[in-house]
Formats: sequence, C-alpha cells, structure tokens
Amino acid sequence: MLTAPAHMPDLPMWAAIAVTALCIFGALLALVGSIGLKTLKTMYERLHAPTMASTLAMATIVAAMIIYFSFAEGRLTLKPLLIAIFLTVTTPVTMTLLARASIYRDRVEGREGVPKDDM
Amino acid sequence: MTPAAIVYWGTGFAQVVLALSMLVSAWRILIGPRAQDRVLGLDTLYLNAMLLILVHCIRMSLTAYFEAALILAIIGFTSTVALAKFLMRGEVIE
Amino acid sequence: MIARISQRVFQQILPHPILSVALFMVWMLMSSPAGTGHATIALIVALLVPQVMRALEPDRVRVRSPLAIIRLLWRLFLDVLASNWNTARIVLGYRKRTRKAGFVNIQLECSNRYALACLAIIVTSTPGTTWVQYDRYSRVLLLHVLDLRDEDDWKAILHDRYESLLMEIFP
Repeated sequence: MLTAPAHMPDLPMWAAIAVTALCIFGALLALVGSIGLKTLKTMYERLHAPTMASTLAMATIVAAMIIYFSFAEGRLTLKPLLIAIFLTVTTPVTMTLLARASIYRDRVEGREGVPKDDM
Repeated sequence: MTPAAIVYWGTGFAQVVLALSMLVSAWRILIGPRAQDRVLGLDTLYLNAMLLILVHCIRMSLTAYFEAALILAIIGFTSTVALAKFLMRGEVIE
Repeated sequence: MIARISQRVFQQILPHPILSVALFMVWMLMSSPAGTGHATIALIVALLVPQVMRALEPDRVRVRSPLAIIRLLWRLFLDVLASNWNTARIVLGYRKRTRKAGFVNIQLECSNRYALACLAIIVTSTPGTTWVQYDRYSRVLLLHVLDLRDEDDWKAILHDRYESLLMEIFP
C-alpha cells in the first residue's frame, strides 16, 4: 500500500487525479520532445521538438500547479502563471536566434538544402 | 489510496520521466554533431530541468522551489541567446 | 479645451497604459499573497517604469476589438493542441517515408511590429512551424515547416488563420 508523507495536504479526489494526470501527461510530452531532438535528422527539424516541451507540456504542468496549490493553500494561487508568461515570450526569441545562427553558418559554409539569402 | 498518496507517487513517476528526458537531451549535447545542435540540446536540458523543479514543487508541497524554477528559466534563456549570438558573430566556421 | 488638457496630463502620467497595467499585475503575481505594501510598490513600479520607456520611444500600442483577441486566443489554443498531437506522431515515427520538411517563403501583409511579434509567438508556439527570418523591407518571412505537404498553401493558411485577426487587433 502506497502512502504519502505527512507534509502532503489533504485535497479532494478529483483534484488529486487531475493534478497527477496533468503532471504525467506533461512529463511524457517533454520526453517525446527530447526523443524528437534525438531522432530527427536535420538541425531544422530538430528545432521543432523542444517547442512541444515549452508550450503544451509547460502549460499542463503549470495548470497542475495552479490546481494543487489552490487547494493546498486554500485560496486561488496564480503565481505559476508567471512561468507560463515568461516562457511564452522567450521561446520565440531563442528558437528564432538558433534558427538564424544555424542558417547563417550553413550559408557561410555553402551547404546544400538551405535557401539563399536573396531578401 | 488517499488523494495525497496519488499525487505523491504520480508526481514521482513524472519526475522519473522528466529525468529520462533530460538524459536524452544530454545525449544530443554529447553527440552534436555541430555547435548549434549542442546549444539546442542545452536549451532543452534547461527546459526539462525547469519542469522537473516545478513537479518537485508539487511533490514537496513547497512554493519555495518555484523561484528556483523561474531563475532557471531566466538563466536558460540568457545562455541560449548568448550562445546563439556567439555562433553568429564569434567564430564563424568550426 | 479642458478635455484636451486632461488628455495631455493623462499622457504625461501614463504614457503606456497597457504596460502599466501589465507591470502591476505581474508584480502582484510575483509577490502573492500580496498585502497593501506590495500593492503600493507595484503601483510605484507601474508608474515609474513607463517613464523610463519614454526615453526609448517605442511606437504606441493601440489595441482594438477585444472580441478578435478572444477569438485569436481560442484558435491558438486549439491549434497548439492539434499541432502538438501532429508533431508527437511525427516524432514517434508516423508517416516516416512520405513526410518531408522544408523552408517556405511567405509574403506578409501586415507591417505593424507588435502584430509581427504576436505572429512570431504564434508561429513558434505551434510545434511544426518555426520562424526563421523576416525582412522588413520586402516583408518576406522565411518559415521552416516540419510536415510540408504539396497541397497546402502556407500563405493562405497563415493569413486566414492569424494575420487577418492580428490586423484587426493592431490597425
């Protein structure tokens, strides 16, 4: 029989199941993203994989935190939304910069399969 | 099983999955093949570590870890931007 | 006359009202559970930081039609779910033979920089499309698409789904 340590607060059954399901779903989605980072063939295809972790996986885990701490502290806790806002704003910056860095390097080296800089 | 036990062991499983995901992205940092792949792997590693800390927050039922996750997100963003900038401006060809 | 003067005073105190409101909300979230003291500091920050922004002289943000914002958010929510599902299936080996990835050039119509920033967030946060490069003079956007199908017209997709709504929001 699995038991919980004493620091865990009491919360309703549906909330416990929702928190657990959201956490596990987010973790599995992040794992799929990392597997994509491992298995996809080119650099530009690999760029798509981690965005799964930074959008839906992050959103489900943040939702789980909001549900859990709202019950644990007995009031609506929206603090985890900060992480969601921050990641939503910063992910485009990192991804675009990485894509541009790699396309720049590919162009300088004259590799195949990269569009020319004719803009 | 009590609701607290479900949350405790379920988040424990999620932590194992996230640690596995960190391992896979660390593998990408190791094998490369080029510098931008390693930077992308590092970005993913930071992201997964942040998610791991968030789940740890729930498991320990402590909001104190939340700031750690926020700082990790900020450091990950800054380091990835700096490295991408370096790839564009620093040494051009390996 | 009085209306114009009061408008001037309002612009002096609150040069960027949306920024002030956003700063106040984020500060309150950051320091929750927030008491009166936190609210005071949040108010000071929300009043002072936009004055600093005045030195940078960004374009004024004008937002219209809240209905369009809600429609955009709802559509984005559905698309994030759908594209995550599609990307996860591709990663796990579905249609490995026939799928091909590639670059797409798209001629955009809107030139408002806030609309473009929102479009960049939308494009990046739906896995399967990545914003690579945008040229401000020719307004050509270079996208990388993970699952490139021949029958899809990406310009029409991007325009019908998001760009028209964004042009409604940021006139």
